[in-house]
Amino acid sequence: MALSRLASSSSSSSSRSADLLKPLCSAISLRRPISTDTTPITVETSVPFTSHQCDTPSRSVQTNAKELLTFFRDMALMRRMEIAADSLYKAKLIRGFCHLYDGQEAVAVGMEAAITKKDCIITAYRDHCTFVARGGTLLEVFAELMGRQAGCSRGKGGSMHFYKKDSNFYGGHGIVGAQVPLGCGLAFAQKYSKDEAVTFALYGDGAANQGQLFEALNISALWDLPAILVCENNHYGMGTAEWRASKSPAYYKRGDYAPGLKVDGMDALAVKQACTFAKEHALKNGPIILEMDTYRYHGHSMSDPGSTYRTRDEITGVRQERDPVERIRKLILSHDLATEKELKDIEKEIRKEVDDAIAQAKENPLPESSELFTNVYAKGLGVEMSFH
Amino acid sequence: MAATFHGVRATVAALSSSSSPSNSFGCKRLISSPSRSFSVRKRASFTVVRSDGSVNFDLNSKGRRAQQLIANAVATKADSSPASSSSKPGHELLLFEALREGLEEEMERDPRVCVMGEDIGHYGGSYKVTKGLATKFGDLRVLDTPIAENSFTGMGIGAAMTGLRPVVEGMNMGFLLLAFNQISNNCGMLHYTSGGQFTIPIVIRGPGGVGRQLGAEHSQRLESYLQSIPGIQMVACSTPYNAKGLMKAAIRSENPVILLEHVLLYNLKERIPDEDYICNLEEAEMVRPGEHVTILTYSRMRYHVMQAAKTLVNKGYDPEVIDIRSLKPFDLYTIGNSVKKTHRVLIVEECMRTGGIGASLTAAITENFNDYLDAPIMCLSSQDVPTPYAGTLEEWTIVQPAQIVTAVEQLCQ
Repeated sequence: MALSRLASSSSSSSSRSADLLKPLCSAISLRRPISTDTTPITVETSVPFTSHQCDTPSRSVQTNAKELLTFFRDMALMRRMEIAADSLYKAKLIRGFCHLYDGQEAVAVGMEAAITKKDCIITAYRDHCTFVARGGTLLEVFAELMGRQAGCSRGKGGSMHFYKKDSNFYGGHGIVGAQVPLGCGLAFAQKYSKDEAVTFALYGDGAANQGQLFEALNISALWDLPAILVCENNHYGMGTAEWRASKSPAYYKRGDYAPGLKVDGMDALAVKQACTFAKEHALKNGPIILEMDTYRYHGHSMSDPGSTYRTRDEITGVRQERDPVERIRKLILSHDLATEKELKDIEKEIRKEVDDAIAQAKENPLPESSELFTNVYAKGLGVEMSFH
Repeated sequence: MAATFHGVRATVAALSSSSSPSNSFGCKRLISSPSRSFSVRKRASFTVVRSDGSVNFDLNSKGRRAQQLIANAVATKADSSPASSSSKPGHELLLFEALREGLEEEMERDPRVCVMGEDIGHYGGSYKVTKGLATKFGDLRVLDTPIAENSFTGMGIGAAMTGLRPVVEGMNMGFLLLAFNQISNNCGMLHYTSGGQFTIPIVIRGPGGVGRQLGAEHSQRLESYLQSIPGIQMVACSTPYNAKGLMKAAIRSENPVILLEHVLLYNLKERIPDEDYICNLEEAEMVRPGEHVTILTYSRMRYHVMQAAKTLVNKGYDPEVIDIRSLKPFDLYTIGNSVKKTHRVLIVEECMRTGGIGASLTAAITENFNDYLDAPIMCLSSQDVPTPYAGTLEEWTIVQPAQIVTAVEQLCQ
């Protein structure tokens, strides 16, 4: 990405006033200094936060060029990855269930920016992008989706079972809501081991009606666990709109005694701000609920067209007004952190990266038949079963 | 089962006259044979057991009393002399104390071990298995949970994913049906679906089985529902010795282990070794070696079988009794060797006939040892009914020693 600032000609001279503040070396270097610039930039979130039983964090978010470009790159990568998965599914290279996250990228990316790898994340089946945000590679994603050996779960998990232990990503769960008690268990372990870290347990608006959520929240509040329950409210539980499934769709208030925050989930900076706030809160005061107001462009899964229970106008409307990648693109351009061409080049690069990963994954072999019986039990006092 | 059903009624009628008034089940008189000794490969001691599982007396203390029910539940070492209890090695305790001892020792040994369940902390546990542990280890290691089995089992599994070693207690195993999704999908499967990234070293334990008129919902036998779950191990303890040993082995195992206890066995008394020991999770226990027939059993039915064994011995039979202990996976090595020796198999279990442990065991033995069998495998299980409240009906739900005797007689014709 060696581009000479002097060579680019897409912007008008008036926006070049920022040049004068840039270090002198930029004029002669081939590398654009912007991508590693950490001068703080303050951005206002799109909408203010609404809270339940707690203070709201400030609408002004501290960020910088480096972070914004990282956001752009990561979200564009996730977007491309999910669209590529769509094509692979239609080509029958991915089978079974495939739940795509495009539209919701800001939640994964914003959350990651607020926390460390010591903090745990656990989510449900719409996990491809969260896995990537936690450090998973594209090869691991596509190989797992196609059931190959190089997949993150060696081809034995599939779309709904991505895990990355070394970055504390606990998956990847198919049964709606079951991951929330697991997440509170992770928070319990963090408290037990005095980790000074938190757990983000993600679930959807559909899962918000599961009893085990309230059970787990109750126990977390009783035991003061550093658990943050994050409701990714994309307003549809498969085909059922939130108002048809929940008597009270104010999911951030559902915690009753537990404080909650409603966040614009399409604004990566708002998500980052909320997660920073939540982490601080949870370490001191126990569980807190975050409701991310977000949207998925695809249907619930690849078997669902996504248009029988919502209008195409609604989908295109959200895409035009609230798309998370576009928001960051506009931010970058308006702050003159990169040119349009540079962003397009990033996207081209990403396209190639994704295509390469897919090609590599396609070459990757299917698991050996002996893999059928490995990892049923751990070696030790247990046994490895053999076919009898 | 119709023929044996009549048999039970007749037997119960005959025995009711000789039963002690305190026993609603109808005492079954046993004749002890203290001079008989068997060679076993494991350390063992005398156990004195009532068939109804109430408190017992050590065989060697002050001799036998009249009307006492005595059975050798665990075979004795050939060279052990029946000396007085004070000079014998080891210490005596009840089964629930043995469980507690095992748990306590493991908690001392490994700071990652914690216990969670309802009323296990301040209350001490509804069956006193965790009594005193909360005071000793504190509220963060001995955790009282609200009544929320689904979520606290899930939390235990989540904690296990990070490397903690929780012991989750179901106050009654039947309550863990509420956590079935967590046990089946998360506990059993996460090691596999994560491609081996996570191990789930959790122990899920609690009492189950048919008790004393506890009613249908509190007389669940979960082993038949849980046995199909890939990725878990299941063991059933039956004596203080193996209760402590299995508890310790389960906690040390990297795999999720379900330890099934029985409501009526908590007060069994036995002398167990002082030194540290564990019982292999996948091993069956040879209770009484024999030649004529292999009787496979587990948990409380072991005592019914041993009681029936007394009668059978008097009738001239020589049954080999194996407490299978490991319900998943089966110890087909021990079982197979026995089948090759005796060529006849009787399975006596407490779970329901349909889809029970006996059904799976029958299939496993048939698949592997069909050539060694001289007769079809017989399986005595509980009736496929919800456990009734009335004492007599409850008695007829489960397998009684008289039925076992009849079955062996039929098998050995």
